[in-house]
Amino acid sequence: MMAMRRFLANGWLSAYAFLYVVFLYLPVIFLPIFSVNTAATPKFPLSGFTLKWYEDLPRTPALLDAAWNSLVVGVSAAILSTVLGILAARSITRYRYPGRRAINGLIMAPLVLPEIIVAISLLLVILQLGLSLSLFTVVLGHVLVCIPYSMTVLTAGFEGFDRSLEEASADLGESAFGTFRRVTLPMVAPAIISSLLVCFTISLDEFLIAFFLTGTEATLPIYIWGQLRFASKLPGVLALGTLLLAASFLLMTVAEILRRRAAKRTQNEGGLYA
Amino acid sequence: MTAAAEGSPAFGMTRARRDALLQSEPVQGFALISPTFLYALILLVLPILVVIAHSFWTQNYLTIDRTFTLENYRIALTEPIYRDLLWRSLYISLTVSFFTVVLAYPIAYFISFHGGRHKSLWLFLITIPFWTSYLLRVMSWKVILGYNGVLNSGLMGLGVIDEPSTALLYNSSAVIITLTHAWAAFAILPIFVSLEKVDRTLVEAAKDLGDGPIRSFLRVTLPLSAPGVISAALIVMIPTVGDYVTPKLVGGKDGVMIANAIQAQFGKASNWPLGAALSVTTMLIVTLIAGATVLILRAAQRLAR
Repeated sequence: MMAMRRFLANGWLSAYAFLYVVFLYLPVIFLPIFSVNTAATPKFPLSGFTLKWYEDLPRTPALLDAAWNSLVVGVSAAILSTVLGILAARSITRYRYPGRRAINGLIMAPLVLPEIIVAISLLLVILQLGLSLSLFTVVLGHVLVCIPYSMTVLTAGFEGFDRSLEEASADLGESAFGTFRRVTLPMVAPAIISSLLVCFTISLDEFLIAFFLTGTEATLPIYIWGQLRFASKLPGVLALGTLLLAASFLLMTVAEILRRRAAKRTQNEGGLYA
Repeated sequence: MTAAAEGSPAFGMTRARRDALLQSEPVQGFALISPTFLYALILLVLPILVVIAHSFWTQNYLTIDRTFTLENYRIALTEPIYRDLLWRSLYISLTVSFFTVVLAYPIAYFISFHGGRHKSLWLFLITIPFWTSYLLRVMSWKVILGYNGVLNSGLMGLGVIDEPSTALLYNSSAVIITLTHAWAAFAILPIFVSLEKVDRTLVEAAKDLGDGPIRSFLRVTLPLSAPGVISAALIVMIPTVGDYVTPKLVGGKDGVMIANAIQAQFGKASNWPLGAALSVTTMLIVTLIAGATVLILRAAQRLAR
Protein backbone atom coordinates (compact mmCIF):
# COMPACT_ATOMS: atom_id res chain seq x y z
CA MET A 1 0.00 0.00 0.00
CA MET A 2 2.75 2.39 1.06
CA ALA A 3 4.92 1.44 -1.91
CA MET A 4 1.95 1.80 -4.21
CA ARG A 5 1.18 5.27 -2.92
CA ARG A 6 4.80 6.33 -3.23
CA PHE A 7 4.90 5.06 -6.78
CA LEU A 8 1.76 7.02 -7.61
CA ALA A 9 3.14 10.19 -6.06
CA ASN A 10 6.40 9.82 -7.96
CA GLY A 11 4.45 8.89 -11.07
CA TRP A 12 2.55 12.16 -10.89
CA LEU A 13 5.78 14.08 -10.37
CA SER A 14 7.49 12.35 -13.28
CA ALA A 15 4.51 12.98 -15.54
CA TYR A 16 4.50 16.62 -14.50
CA ALA A 17 8.25 16.89 -15.13
CA PHE A 18 7.77 15.42 -18.58
CA LEU A 19 4.93 17.82 -19.43
CA TYR A 20 6.95 20.74 -18.13
CA VAL A 21 9.88 19.93 -20.38
CA VAL A 22 7.44 19.67 -23.31
CA PHE A 23 6.08 23.12 -22.38
CA LEU A 24 9.64 24.47 -22.34
CA TYR A 25 10.56 23.04 -25.74
CA LEU A 26 7.31 23.18 -27.68
CA PRO A 27 7.33 26.88 -28.65
CA VAL A 28 10.95 26.68 -29.72
CA ILE A 29 10.32 23.59 -31.87
CA PHE A 30 7.76 25.43 -34.02
CA LEU A 31 10.50 27.61 -35.50
CA PRO A 32 12.35 24.78 -37.32
CA ILE A 33 9.05 23.10 -38.27
CA PHE A 34 7.65 26.16 -40.04
CA SER A 35 11.01 27.16 -41.50
CA VAL A 36 10.82 24.17 -43.88
CA ASN A 37 7.11 24.61 -44.65
CA THR A 38 6.15 25.87 -48.12
CA ALA A 39 3.36 28.18 -46.87
CA ALA A 40 4.28 31.81 -46.17
CA THR A 41 2.27 31.90 -42.93
CA PRO A 42 2.96 29.52 -40.05
CA LYS A 43 -0.25 27.50 -39.63
CA PHE A 44 -1.53 23.93 -39.63
CA PRO A 45 -1.91 21.78 -41.64
CA LEU A 46 1.65 21.87 -42.99
CA SER A 47 1.62 22.36 -46.75
CA GLY A 48 4.88 20.77 -47.87
CA PHE A 49 8.62 20.53 -47.36
CA THR A 50 10.99 23.11 -48.84
CA LEU A 51 14.46 24.51 -48.23
CA LYS A 52 13.88 27.63 -50.30
CA TRP A 53 13.71 29.94 -47.25
CA TYR A 54 17.19 28.76 -46.30
CA GLU A 55 18.46 29.13 -49.86
CA ASP A 56 17.33 32.77 -49.90
CA LEU A 57 19.33 33.63 -46.78
CA PRO A 58 22.84 33.89 -48.31
CA ARG A 59 21.42 36.10 -51.08
CA THR A 60 20.47 38.84 -48.64
CA PRO A 61 23.38 41.32 -48.27
CA ALA A 62 21.84 43.05 -45.21
CA LEU A 63 21.66 39.70 -43.46
CA LEU A 64 25.28 38.86 -44.24
CA ASP A 65 26.35 42.25 -42.86
CA ALA A 66 24.34 41.62 -39.70
CA ALA A 67 25.89 38.16 -39.30
CA TRP A 68 29.40 39.61 -39.67
CA ASN A 69 28.59 42.37 -37.14
CA SER A 70 27.25 39.79 -34.69
CA LEU A 71 30.41 37.75 -35.08
CA VAL A 72 32.67 40.75 -34.46
CA VAL A 73 30.65 41.93 -31.45
CA GLY A 74 30.32 38.40 -30.03
CA VAL A 75 34.02 37.57 -30.27
CA SER A 76 35.10 40.92 -28.80
CA ALA A 77 32.55 40.74 -25.97
CA ALA A 78 33.47 37.13 -25.19
CA ILE A 79 37.20 37.84 -24.98
CA LEU A 80 36.85 41.07 -22.98
CA SER A 81 34.33 39.71 -20.49
CA THR A 82 36.27 36.47 -20.01
CA VAL A 83 39.51 38.37 -19.30
CA LEU A 84 37.71 40.62 -16.79
CA GLY A 85 35.93 37.53 -15.44
CA ILE A 86 39.20 35.63 -14.93
CA LEU A 87 40.69 38.50 -12.92
CA ALA A 88 37.62 38.86 -10.73
CA ALA A 89 36.96 35.15 -10.25
CA ARG A 90 40.58 34.50 -9.35
CA SER A 91 40.52 37.35 -6.86
CA ILE A 92 37.23 36.20 -5.30
CA THR A 93 38.22 32.55 -4.94
CA ARG A 94 41.88 33.04 -3.97
CA TYR A 95 41.98 36.07 -1.66
CA ARG A 96 40.14 37.29 1.42
CA TYR A 97 39.76 41.02 1.86
CA PRO A 98 37.21 43.51 3.19
CA GLY A 99 34.56 44.63 0.70
CA ARG A 100 34.95 41.43 -1.30
CA ARG A 101 31.25 40.53 -1.09
CA ALA A 102 30.11 44.06 -1.91
CA ILE A 103 32.34 44.22 -4.99
CA ASN A 104 31.16 40.80 -6.09
CA GLY A 105 27.55 41.93 -5.64
CA LEU A 106 28.16 45.00 -7.80
CA ILE A 107 29.79 42.96 -10.57
CA MET A 108 26.91 40.47 -10.53
CA ALA A 109 24.23 43.21 -10.42
CA PRO A 110 23.46 43.36 -14.17
CA LEU A 111 22.07 39.84 -13.82
CA VAL A 112 19.10 41.08 -11.78
CA LEU A 113 18.66 44.59 -13.15
CA PRO A 114 15.97 45.18 -15.76
CA GLU A 115 17.87 45.24 -19.07
CA ILE A 116 16.15 48.42 -20.15
CA ILE A 117 17.74 50.25 -17.19
CA VAL A 118 21.22 49.03 -18.15
CA ALA A 119 20.58 49.99 -21.78
CA ILE A 120 19.20 53.49 -21.29
CA SER A 121 21.69 54.48 -18.60
CA LEU A 122 24.60 53.49 -20.86
CA LEU A 123 22.91 55.29 -23.75
CA LEU A 124 22.59 58.51 -21.73
CA VAL A 125 26.27 58.48 -20.70
CA ILE A 126 27.49 57.73 -24.21
CA LEU A 127 25.38 60.51 -25.70
CA GLN A 128 26.45 62.91 -22.93
CA LEU A 129 30.10 62.20 -23.63
CA GLY A 130 29.44 62.98 -27.28
CA LEU A 131 30.57 59.50 -28.37
CA SER A 132 28.83 58.17 -31.44
CA LEU A 133 26.87 54.93 -31.25
CA SER A 134 28.55 52.02 -32.99
CA LEU A 135 29.31 48.34 -32.65
CA PHE A 136 31.96 49.37 -30.11
CA THR A 137 29.32 50.78 -27.76
CA VAL A 138 27.33 47.55 -28.19
CA VAL A 139 30.41 45.59 -27.10
CA LEU A 140 30.74 47.81 -24.00
CA GLY A 141 27.16 46.99 -23.02
CA HIS A 142 27.44 43.30 -23.80
CA VAL A 143 30.60 42.93 -21.70
CA LEU A 144 28.71 44.39 -18.75
CA VAL A 145 25.93 41.77 -18.95
CA CYS A 146 28.31 38.91 -19.85
CA ILE A 147 30.68 39.34 -16.89
CA PRO A 148 28.23 37.87 -14.31
CA TYR A 149 27.84 34.70 -16.40
CA SER A 150 31.57 34.49 -17.02
CA MET A 151 32.15 34.91 -13.27
CA THR A 152 29.70 32.11 -12.45
CA VAL A 153 31.37 29.67 -14.82
CA LEU A 154 34.90 30.66 -13.78
CA THR A 155 34.44 30.74 -9.99
CA ALA A 156 33.02 27.21 -10.25
CA GLY A 157 36.17 26.26 -12.20
CA PHE A 158 38.56 28.02 -9.82
CA GLU A 159 36.91 26.80 -6.63
CA GLY A 160 38.24 23.50 -5.40
CA PHE A 161 41.40 24.34 -7.25
CA ASP A 162 44.19 23.13 -5.01
CA ARG A 163 46.57 25.92 -4.12
CA SER A 164 49.25 23.49 -2.96
CA LEU A 165 49.83 22.58 -6.61
CA GLU A 166 50.89 26.15 -7.34
CA GLU A 167 53.00 26.21 -4.20
CA ALA A 168 54.65 22.97 -5.23
CA SER A 169 55.45 24.43 -8.62
CA ALA A 170 56.95 27.51 -6.99
CA ASP A 171 58.93 25.34 -4.58
CA LEU A 172 60.34 23.45 -7.51
CA GLY A 173 61.73 26.70 -8.85
CA GLU A 174 59.12 27.80 -11.36
CA SER A 175 58.63 31.57 -11.70
CA ALA A 176 55.26 33.13 -10.91
CA PHE A 177 54.43 33.46 -14.59
CA GLY A 178 55.71 29.96 -15.32
CA THR A 179 53.52 28.55 -12.55
CA PHE A 180 50.51 30.34 -13.98
CA ARG A 181 51.22 29.15 -17.53
CA ARG A 182 52.19 25.56 -16.74
CA VAL A 183 50.06 24.71 -13.69
CA THR A 184 47.16 27.12 -13.25
CA LEU A 185 46.19 27.69 -16.86
CA PRO A 186 45.97 24.05 -18.00
CA MET A 187 43.74 23.25 -15.04
CA VAL A 188 41.32 26.10 -15.59
CA ALA A 189 41.45 26.06 -19.40
CA PRO A 190 38.13 24.19 -19.82
CA ALA A 191 36.39 26.74 -17.58
CA ILE A 192 37.89 29.59 -19.61
CA ILE A 193 36.76 28.13 -22.93
CA SER A 194 33.35 27.45 -21.43
CA SER A 195 33.14 31.10 -20.34
CA LEU A 196 34.13 32.28 -23.83
CA LEU A 197 31.38 30.16 -25.41
CA VAL A 198 28.72 31.25 -22.91
CA CYS A 199 29.57 34.94 -23.38
CA PHE A 200 29.62 34.62 -27.17
CA THR A 201 26.19 32.97 -27.09
CA ILE A 202 24.73 35.67 -24.86
CA SER A 203 26.10 38.41 -27.07
CA LEU A 204 24.89 36.64 -30.23
CA ASP A 205 21.33 36.43 -28.86
CA GLU A 206 21.17 39.74 -27.00
CA PHE A 207 18.70 42.20 -28.45
CA LEU A 208 17.74 45.09 -26.19
CA ILE A 209 21.15 46.54 -25.35
CA ALA A 210 22.27 46.22 -28.97
CA PHE A 211 19.00 47.86 -30.06
CA PHE A 212 19.69 50.94 -27.91
CA LEU A 213 23.45 51.18 -28.28
CA THR A 214 24.06 50.52 -31.97
CA GLY A 215 24.27 53.22 -34.58
CA THR A 216 23.41 52.24 -38.14
CA GLU A 217 24.97 48.76 -38.03
CA ALA A 218 22.61 45.92 -37.13
CA THR A 219 23.41 42.69 -35.31
CA LEU A 220 21.41 39.55 -36.14
CA PRO A 221 18.67 40.04 -33.50
CA ILE A 222 18.24 43.65 -34.65
CA TYR A 223 18.00 42.48 -38.25
CA ILE A 224 15.31 39.97 -37.20
CA TRP A 225 13.47 42.69 -35.30
CA GLY A 226 13.40 44.85 -38.41
CA GLN A 227 12.11 41.98 -40.55
CA LEU A 228 9.30 41.16 -38.12
CA ARG A 229 7.36 44.19 -39.36
CA PHE A 230 6.84 42.52 -42.72
CA ALA A 231 4.55 39.49 -42.62
CA SER A 232 5.92 38.28 -45.96
CA LYS A 233 9.44 38.07 -44.52
CA LEU A 234 8.39 35.71 -41.73
CA PRO A 235 9.52 32.38 -43.29
CA GLY A 236 13.01 33.81 -43.87
CA VAL A 237 13.10 35.01 -40.27
CA LEU A 238 12.03 31.54 -39.11
CA ALA A 239 14.85 29.97 -41.15
CA LEU A 240 17.39 32.42 -39.74
CA GLY A 241 15.99 31.91 -36.25
CA THR A 242 16.37 28.15 -36.63
CA LEU A 243 20.03 28.55 -37.57
CA LEU A 244 20.57 30.83 -34.55
CA LEU A 245 18.84 28.32 -32.28
CA ALA A 246 21.04 25.53 -33.59
CA ALA A 247 24.16 27.65 -33.06
CA SER A 248 23.19 28.53 -29.47
CA PHE A 249 22.31 24.93 -28.72
CA LEU A 250 25.61 23.64 -30.07
CA LEU A 251 27.72 26.27 -28.30
CA MET A 252 26.00 25.75 -24.96
CA THR A 253 26.32 21.97 -25.16
CA VAL A 254 30.06 22.23 -25.78
CA ALA A 255 30.34 24.80 -22.97
CA GLU A 256 28.48 22.49 -20.59
CA ILE A 257 30.68 19.49 -21.43
CA LEU A 258 33.81 21.59 -20.88
CA ARG A 259 32.44 23.03 -17.66
CA ARG A 260 31.84 19.54 -16.31
CA ARG A 261 35.25 18.38 -17.38
CA ALA A 262 36.74 21.40 -15.58
CA ALA A 263 34.82 20.60 -12.40
CA LYS A 264 35.89 16.96 -12.54
CA ARG A 265 39.52 17.87 -13.18
CA THR A 266 39.90 20.23 -10.23
CA GLN A 267 37.99 17.84 -7.97
CA ASN A 268 40.14 14.85 -8.88
CA GLU A 269 43.38 16.74 -8.47
CA GLY A 270 42.17 18.18 -5.20
CA GLY A 271 41.24 14.74 -3.95
CA LEU A 272 44.62 13.36 -4.89
CA TYR A 273 46.58 15.93 -2.95
CA ALA A 274 44.22 16.72 -0.08
CA MET B 1 51.67 35.75 -7.66
CA THR B 2 54.64 37.13 -5.73
CA ALA B 3 53.29 35.53 -2.59
CA ALA B 4 53.75 32.11 -4.09
CA ALA B 5 57.22 32.93 -5.38
CA GLU B 6 58.52 34.52 -2.18
CA GLY B 7 57.04 31.95 0.14
CA SER B 8 59.12 29.13 -1.33
CA PRO B 9 60.70 27.72 1.84
CA ALA B 10 57.38 27.42 3.62
CA PHE B 11 58.88 25.92 6.76
CA GLY B 12 61.62 28.45 7.28
CA MET B 13 59.30 31.40 7.11
CA THR B 14 59.49 33.70 10.13
CA ARG B 15 56.32 34.84 11.82
CA ALA B 16 56.91 38.47 10.86
CA ARG B 17 57.27 37.56 7.21
CA ARG B 18 54.15 35.46 7.30
CA ASP B 19 52.22 38.35 8.86
CA ALA B 20 53.50 40.67 6.18
CA LEU B 21 52.34 38.19 3.58
CA LEU B 22 48.89 37.96 5.12
CA GLN B 23 48.67 41.71 5.21
CA SER B 24 49.50 41.92 1.56
CA GLU B 25 46.78 39.44 0.67
CA PRO B 26 43.96 42.01 0.71
CA VAL B 27 46.06 44.32 -1.43
CA GLN B 28 46.74 41.62 -3.99
CA GLY B 29 43.14 40.47 -4.07
CA PHE B 30 41.90 44.00 -4.52
CA ALA B 31 44.46 44.78 -7.21
CA LEU B 32 43.40 41.69 -9.12
CA ILE B 33 39.69 42.50 -9.05
CA SER B 34 40.09 46.24 -9.66
CA PRO B 35 39.83 46.20 -13.51
CA THR B 36 36.50 44.38 -13.37
CA PHE B 37 35.36 46.49 -10.43
CA LEU B 38 36.27 49.71 -12.28
CA TYR B 39 34.46 48.48 -15.38
CA ALA B 40 31.28 47.94 -13.37
CA LEU B 41 31.71 51.31 -11.64
CA ILE B 42 32.20 53.27 -14.85
CA LEU B 43 29.64 51.46 -17.00
CA LEU B 44 26.98 50.63 -14.44
CA VAL B 45 27.13 52.80 -11.30
CA LEU B 46 28.12 56.03 -13.02
CA PRO B 47 25.45 55.69 -15.75
CA ILE B 48 22.75 55.00 -13.16
CA LEU B 49 23.85 58.12 -11.27
CA VAL B 50 23.62 60.09 -14.53
CA VAL B 51 20.08 58.76 -15.03
CA ILE B 52 19.14 59.83 -11.50
CA ALA B 53 20.59 63.30 -12.13
CA HIS B 54 18.65 63.63 -15.39
CA SER B 55 15.42 62.74 -13.65
CA PHE B 56 15.64 66.06 -11.77
CA TRP B 57 16.30 68.15 -14.89
CA THR B 58 14.12 69.41 -17.74
CA GLN B 59 14.26 68.91 -21.48
CA ASN B 60 14.40 72.21 -23.34
CA TYR B 61 14.04 71.17 -26.97
CA LEU B 62 17.57 70.09 -27.81
CA THR B 63 19.24 71.15 -24.58
CA ILE B 64 18.85 70.06 -20.99
CA ASP B 65 17.90 72.64 -18.38
CA ARG B 66 19.85 71.70 -15.24
CA THR B 67 17.79 73.45 -12.60
CA PHE B 68 16.47 71.07 -9.97
CA THR B 69 12.83 70.09 -10.35
CA LEU B 70 10.47 67.34 -9.23
CA GLU B 71 8.13 67.95 -12.16
CA ASN B 72 9.16 64.70 -13.94
CA TYR B 73 8.27 62.65 -10.88
CA ARG B 74 4.94 64.44 -10.58
CA ILE B 75 4.20 63.46 -14.19
CA ALA B 76 5.46 59.90 -13.72
CA LEU B 77 3.32 59.30 -10.64
CA THR B 78 0.14 61.26 -11.41
CA GLU B 79 -0.35 61.23 -15.21
CA PRO B 80 -2.91 58.46 -15.82
CA ILE B 81 -0.96 56.89 -18.72
CA TYR B 82 2.25 56.40 -16.74
CA ARG B 83 0.43 55.43 -13.55
CA ASP B 84 -1.53 52.76 -15.45
CA LEU B 85 1.59 51.50 -17.20
CA LEU B 86 3.43 51.23 -13.89
CA TRP B 87 0.57 49.35 -12.27
CA ARG B 88 0.20 47.03 -15.22
CA SER B 89 3.95 46.31 -15.30
CA LEU B 90 3.87 45.50 -11.60
CA TYR B 91 0.77 43.35 -11.94
CA ILE B 92 2.28 41.44 -14.86
CA SER B 93 5.64 40.89 -13.19
CA LEU B 94 4.06 39.76 -9.91
CA THR B 95 1.72 37.37 -11.72
CA VAL B 96 4.58 36.02 -13.82
CA SER B 97 6.83 35.46 -10.82
CA PHE B 98 3.98 33.75 -8.93
CA PHE B 99 3.30 31.34 -11.80
CA THR B 100 6.94 30.63 -12.61
CA VAL B 101 7.70 29.82 -8.97
CA VAL B 102 4.59 27.66 -8.46
CA LEU B 103 5.19 25.78 -11.71
CA ALA B 104 8.93 25.47 -11.10
CA TYR B 105 8.80 24.16 -7.54
CA PRO B 106 7.58 20.62 -8.34
CA ILE B 107 10.23 20.31 -11.07
CA ALA B 108 13.01 21.46 -8.78
CA TYR B 109 11.66 19.06 -6.12
CA PHE B 110 11.47 16.21 -8.59
CA ILE B 111 15.05 16.73 -9.79
CA SER B 112 16.46 17.18 -6.30
CA PHE B 113 14.63 14.29 -4.59
CA HIS B 114 14.01 11.87 -7.44
CA GLY B 115 16.58 12.90 -10.03
CA GLY B 116 18.96 10.15 -9.00
CA ARG B 117 21.99 9.88 -11.23
CA HIS B 118 20.45 12.05 -13.93
CA LYS B 119 20.27 15.28 -11.92
CA SER B 120 22.68 17.24 -14.07
CA LEU B 121 21.12 15.91 -17.27
CA TRP B 122 17.70 17.15 -16.13
CA LEU B 123 19.14 20.55 -15.22
CA PHE B 124 20.85 20.76 -18.60
CA LEU B 125 17.61 19.84 -20.41
CA ILE B 126 15.74 22.54 -18.57
CA THR B 127 18.30 25.32 -19.00
CA ILE B 128 19.01 24.74 -22.71
CA PRO B 129 15.90 26.49 -24.09
CA PHE B 130 16.76 29.44 -21.86
CA TRP B 131 20.08 29.90 -23.68
CA THR B 132 18.38 30.34 -27.02
CA SER B 133 17.61 33.88 -28.08
CA TYR B 134 15.01 35.62 -25.96
CA LEU B 135 13.75 37.47 -29.02
CA LEU B 136 13.25 34.18 -30.87
CA ARG B 137 11.32 32.62 -28.00
CA VAL B 138 8.99 35.61 -27.84
CA MET B 139 8.64 35.45 -31.61
CA SER B 140 7.64 31.79 -31.47
CA TRP B 141 4.83 32.67 -29.06
CA LYS B 142 3.63 35.23 -31.57
CA VAL B 143 3.62 32.44 -34.16
CA ILE B 144 1.67 30.19 -31.79
CA LEU B 145 -0.92 32.65 -30.52
CA GLY B 146 -1.47 34.70 -33.69
CA TYR B 147 -4.78 35.04 -35.57
CA ASN B 148 -3.53 32.75 -38.33
CA GLY B 149 -1.23 31.04 -35.87
CA VAL B 150 -0.44 27.53 -34.75
CA LEU B 151 -2.98 27.30 -31.93
CA ASN B 152 -5.90 28.76 -33.89
CA SER B 153 -5.25 26.70 -37.03
CA GLY B 154 -4.61 23.60 -34.94
CA LEU B 155 -7.82 23.98 -32.94
CA MET B 156 -9.80 24.66 -36.12
CA GLY B 157 -8.27 21.59 -37.74
CA LEU B 158 -9.41 19.52 -34.77
CA GLY B 159 -12.87 21.03 -35.00
CA VAL B 160 -12.72 22.58 -31.52
CA ILE B 161 -13.43 26.09 -32.83
CA ASP B 162 -15.05 27.31 -36.05
CA GLU B 163 -13.22 30.55 -36.62
CA PRO B 164 -9.86 31.87 -35.36
CA SER B 165 -9.94 33.44 -31.91
CA THR B 166 -8.57 36.97 -31.55
CA ALA B 167 -8.47 36.60 -27.78
CA LEU B 168 -5.11 34.79 -27.76
CA LEU B 169 -2.69 37.47 -28.91
CA TYR B 170 -2.21 41.17 -28.15
CA ASN B 171 -3.29 41.37 -24.54
CA SER B 172 -1.69 41.11 -21.11
CA SER B 173 -2.43 37.37 -20.81
CA ALA B 174 -0.27 36.75 -23.88
CA VAL B 175 2.49 38.76 -22.18
CA ILE B 176 2.10 36.75 -18.96
CA ILE B 177 2.21 33.37 -20.77
CA THR B 178 5.25 34.36 -22.82
CA LEU B 179 7.17 35.71 -19.84
CA THR B 180 6.28 32.72 -17.67
CA HIS B 181 7.76 30.49 -20.35
CA ALA B 182 10.81 32.68 -20.89
CA TRP B 183 11.83 32.86 -17.21
CA ALA B 184 11.09 29.26 -16.20
CA ALA B 185 14.72 28.18 -15.93
CA PHE B 186 15.56 31.20 -13.79
CA ALA B 187 13.03 30.05 -11.19
CA ILE B 188 14.01 26.37 -11.19
CA LEU B 189 17.72 26.82 -10.47
CA PRO B 190 17.58 28.75 -7.17
CA ILE B 191 14.81 26.48 -5.81
CA PHE B 192 16.81 23.41 -6.83
CA VAL B 193 19.93 24.72 -5.09
CA SER B 194 18.06 25.34 -1.83
CA LEU B 195 16.33 21.94 -2.00
CA GLU B 196 19.73 20.29 -2.43
CA LYS B 197 20.79 21.85 0.86
CA VAL B 198 17.80 20.41 2.77
CA ASP B 199 19.14 17.84 5.21
CA ARG B 200 17.46 14.57 4.21
CA THR B 201 17.73 13.19 7.74
CA LEU B 202 15.37 15.93 8.97
CA VAL B 203 12.71 14.77 6.51
CA GLU B 204 13.28 11.19 7.68
CA ALA B 205 13.00 12.30 11.30
CA ALA B 206 9.67 14.01 10.65
CA LYS B 207 8.37 10.83 9.03
CA ASP B 208 9.66 8.67 11.91
CA LEU B 209 7.89 10.96 14.36
CA GLY B 210 4.60 10.30 12.60
CA ASP B 211 4.27 13.07 10.00
CA GLY B 212 2.77 11.92 6.71
CA PRO B 213 4.48 12.83 3.44
CA ILE B 214 2.40 15.98 3.02
CA ARG B 215 2.87 17.22 6.58
CA SER B 216 6.60 16.52 6.56
CA PHE B 217 6.85 18.39 3.27
CA LEU B 218 4.88 21.39 4.59
CA ARG B 219 6.68 21.54 7.93
CA VAL B 220 10.23 20.59 6.97
CA THR B 221 11.07 20.67 3.27
CA LEU B 222 9.06 23.73 2.23
CA PRO B 223 10.24 26.06 5.04
CA LEU B 224 13.83 24.95 4.57
CA SER B 225 13.69 25.69 0.86
CA ALA B 226 12.14 29.13 1.40
CA PRO B 227 15.39 31.02 0.61
CA GLY B 228 15.35 29.46 -2.86
CA VAL B 229 11.71 30.39 -3.34
CA ILE B 230 12.46 33.98 -2.31
CA SER B 231 15.40 34.37 -4.67
CA ALA B 232 13.49 32.69 -7.50
CA ALA B 233 10.61 35.14 -7.04
CA LEU B 234 12.97 38.13 -7.03
CA ILE B 235 15.12 36.94 -9.92
CA VAL B 236 11.98 36.70 -12.08
CA MET B 237 10.12 39.75 -10.78
CA ILE B 238 12.83 42.40 -11.04
CA PRO B 239 13.83 41.93 -14.70
CA THR B 240 10.30 41.28 -15.98
CA VAL B 241 9.01 44.64 -14.72
CA GLY B 242 11.26 46.33 -17.27
CA ASP B 243 10.63 43.95 -20.14
CA TYR B 244 10.44 45.62 -23.53
CA VAL B 245 10.41 42.91 -26.21
CA THR B 246 7.48 40.81 -24.99
CA PRO B 247 4.89 43.59 -24.63
CA LYS B 248 6.02 45.05 -27.94
CA LEU B 249 5.66 41.75 -29.85
CA VAL B 250 2.70 40.01 -28.20
CA GLY B 251 1.18 42.67 -25.93
CA GLY B 252 -0.68 44.84 -28.43
CA LYS B 253 -2.38 47.95 -27.01
CA ASP B 254 -3.58 46.30 -23.82
CA GLY B 255 -0.21 44.77 -23.00
CA VAL B 256 2.03 47.84 -23.22
CA MET B 257 4.40 48.08 -20.25
CA ILE B 258 6.49 50.81 -18.67
CA ALA B 259 9.65 49.92 -20.60
CA ASN B 260 7.88 50.79 -23.84
CA ALA B 261 7.07 54.24 -22.44
CA ILE B 262 10.66 54.68 -21.27
CA GLN B 263 11.93 53.75 -24.72
CA ALA B 264 9.54 56.25 -26.31
CA GLN B 265 10.96 59.06 -24.17
CA PHE B 266 14.46 58.26 -25.36
CA GLY B 267 13.30 57.79 -28.93
CA LYS B 268 10.44 59.60 -30.62
CA ALA B 269 9.22 61.75 -27.74
CA SER B 270 12.81 62.74 -26.96
CA ASN B 271 12.25 63.74 -23.36
CA TRP B 272 15.26 62.24 -21.59
CA PRO B 273 14.52 63.64 -18.12
CA LEU B 274 11.00 62.19 -18.14
CA GLY B 275 12.36 58.86 -19.39
CA ALA B 276 14.95 58.99 -16.61
CA ALA B 277 12.31 59.75 -13.97
CA LEU B 278 10.18 56.85 -15.23
CA SER B 279 13.22 54.54 -14.99
CA VAL B 280 14.09 55.67 -11.48
CA THR B 281 10.46 55.34 -10.35
CA THR B 282 10.32 51.82 -11.78
CA MET B 283 13.54 50.84 -10.02
CA LEU B 284 12.34 52.29 -6.70
CA ILE B 285 8.95 50.59 -6.86
CA VAL B 286 10.54 47.26 -7.83
CA THR B 287 12.93 47.57 -4.90
CA LEU B 288 10.03 48.29 -2.53
CA ILE B 289 7.94 45.40 -3.83
CA ALA B 290 10.96 43.10 -3.74
CA GLY B 291 11.58 44.06 -0.11
CA ALA B 292 7.93 43.49 0.74
CA THR B 293 7.98 40.08 -1.00
CA VAL B 294 11.00 39.02 1.02
CA LEU B 295 9.32 40.10 4.28
CA ILE B 296 6.04 38.34 3.45
CA LEU B 297 7.72 35.09 2.43
CA ARG B 298 9.95 35.15 5.52
CA ALA B 299 6.90 35.65 7.75
CA ALA B 300 5.17 32.75 6.00
CA GLN B 301 8.27 30.64 6.54
CA ARG B 302 8.21 31.41 10.27
CA LEU B 303 4.49 30.60 10.50
CA ALA B 304 5.01 27.24 8.84
CA ARG B 305 7.51 26.08 11.45
